Amino acid sequence: MIKISAKNVDVFYGKKQALFNINLDIEENQVTALIGPSGCGKSTFLRCLNRMNDVIDICKVQGEIVINDFNINDKGCDVVRLREKIGMVFQKPNPFPKTLYENISYGPTIHGMAQSKQEMDEIVETSLKKAALWEEVKDRLHEPGTGLSGGQQQRLCIARAISVQPEVILMDEPCSALDPIATAQIEELIDELKKEHTIIIVTHSMAQAARVSQRTGFFHLGELIEHGSTDKIFKNPDNTKTQDYITGRFG
Amino acid sequence: MLGFTSYYFGRKKAYTIQSTNKRLTALPQFYGYYLAIWCAIPAFIIYSLWAIFEPTIVKLLILSDYANQGYLDDELNLIYEKTKALSRGQFTGEVTSLIQTSSEKYLNLRSIAQSSKVVIVLCIIIASVAYAYKRISSNNRTREPVEKFFNAVLFTASLAAILTTVGIVFSLIFQTIDFFKVIPLFDFVFGTHWYPAKAFVRDSSEALDPTMYSDTFGAVPIFAGTFFIAFIAMCVAIPIGLMSGIYLAEYASYKVRQYAKPLIEILAGIPTVVYGFFAALTVGPFLKDIGTAMGLEVSAESALAAGGVMGIMIIPFISSLSDDVITSVPQSLRDGSYAMGATKSETIKKVIFPAALPGIVGSILLGVSRAIGETMIVVMASGLAANLTLNPLESTSTITAQIVVILIGDQAFGDPKTQAAFALGMSLFIVTLCLNIVALRVVKKYREKYE
Repeated sequence: MIKISAKNVDVFYGKKQALFNINLDIEENQVTALIGPSGCGKSTFLRCLNRMNDVIDICKVQGEIVINDFNINDKGCDVVRLREKIGMVFQKPNPFPKTLYENISYGPTIHGMAQSKQEMDEIVETSLKKAALWEEVKDRLHEPGTGLSGGQQQRLCIARAISVQPEVILMDEPCSALDPIATAQIEELIDELKKEHTIIIVTHSMAQAARVSQRTGFFHLGELIEHGSTDKIFKNPDNTKTQDYITGRFG
Repeated sequence: MLGFTSYYFGRKKAYTIQSTNKRLTALPQFYGYYLAIWCAIPAFIIYSLWAIFEPTIVKLLILSDYANQGYLDDELNLIYEKTKALSRGQFTGEVTSLIQTSSEKYLNLRSIAQSSKVVIVLCIIIASVAYAYKRISSNNRTREPVEKFFNAVLFTASLAAILTTVGIVFSLIFQTIDFFKVIPLFDFVFGTHWYPAKAFVRDSSEALDPTMYSDTFGAVPIFAGTFFIAFIAMCVAIPIGLMSGIYLAEYASYKVRQYAKPLIEILAGIPTVVYGFFAALTVGPFLKDIGTAMGLEVSAESALAAGGVMGIMIIPFISSLSDDVITSVPQSLRDGSYAMGATKSETIKKVIFPAALPGIVGSILLGVSRAIGETMIVVMASGLAANLTLNPLESTSTITAQIVVILIGDQAFGDPKTQAAFALGMSLFIVTLCLNIVALRVVKKYREKYE
């Protein structure tokens, strides 16, 4: 089933066009990987999906992005509700300078999801369990989140993102600041999360894309060159540019 | 000028050597600097020594004529002063032959000194430049001495700054100790009556009688006044400064920020004396009028006027410092919060403000230490009578204002009244020093957190 459908999306930074006429459908409960060389626009596209580009003054997005039959670029779209439904994990782990507990409870608090302390405790516990962090941190929930290791911080950020039960999780190179062991843990986690969430992951590592994703889109110079099932893109791409990139001839 | 010329000569010679295919040990400029330093420094040292000792030597030479004629030292000095005045054509009294001759001699000596000074300095320049010029060759090292010279210049500059501070602290300490020999520390710190004018009444021929000073130098009212006015100032400055800082950092578009920030910083550039008469002549009477209309007793010189205007003066500090601190909160934290669906004000309240809090506290403490040290506004707008009051509509006085009162006009050193100013200065110094240290600590701690 199609969860997100982007139609004719153009993005401009000031006068410079960063994305050209992107058309891409994202399947529900699957992992979609976006690959391509640096500066190709894959992160920009990801940020379109929860309107994070609004934060950048000079950035302008055109075209339709339909999620649940609703165009999020419409004027009537409530960005707060949208971002509740579409969570995001960033390249560098960015826990708030608060305790672990406060980091997780931040989202549910601003969306008024817990009526009592008990409910909040439950949300925190389930989120941390889903992010495979509970066992490591259950005894120090009231210590600062910035004291964790890089990999733990990133899992904390994932727990923070899933605390509001989003339908979609966007991941912007979530492992690029982590060592191989922490990366493996996160990849395992992504596989687990796709049962309940639709995941879109931007990655530099083609090996990672091949490992975690079911579908892959290849971006180059602001254009979506090719997309399809990960198997097909990696084994038998239609486009020679994709072929060249996959085999490491450029990029 | 000669320095510049020798720079070019030095560089030129270096280029010449270079063009004959020999490798230099340093860039040609260094040879230029080397020569310029040799040209300027010895000559400058000799010139300054000369300028310092010339008057003394001239005086000795002139007065040596009269040394054995039974004049007293004071009379000799008088003769010398008269001689100088006559030589400059400023002498108004009766011209005696004695002064006439010595004046001619004085002029004569001065002109000899003048020309010999020029000759000697020129000789030294030529000698040292010649020495240095001869030493310029392909394997002579010039980079090290030049670098050492710049190092020494910079070191001297910083040393001068530090030594001045130390000097100030010591002068404060000694005078303060003298003061507390006469006035017990207890009376100063806990006395509630400040009336230094009482000390004026004393005839200087009378012996010092410590008992007559009891109840004169009780610093409580002025400390209270200082903190009270600073408190009023911070009540104005903290909310306005903080909110404008948050607006500039988070809400203002690039264009607004570009114009608004310098405009707010103009406030910081206004001389405090201007704030002072604004407070005394505009705000003070205005408050008095309003108060009278409401049936309140308002003094034209009120703590409220002084504190309020002082607050306006401090706004730019707090706003621009907190703006800097808020801007330096990493963008990733904002992104994280927005991505959770938080609105801008939620993000500011729950993420950015707590993250920036240590820095903001630091900026507020710096503002407080400025408020406590501020003088001009208080002197002009808050009156000089040291009342012990918490009514913002009455006049009070501060430490700084009292120091001004005490030291304006004639004062005798060694007098408890003058030394009281030093004691006040010392306490003020300690208070602001502590505040600054705490503020810098807090700001530093904040920086470490994000690096």
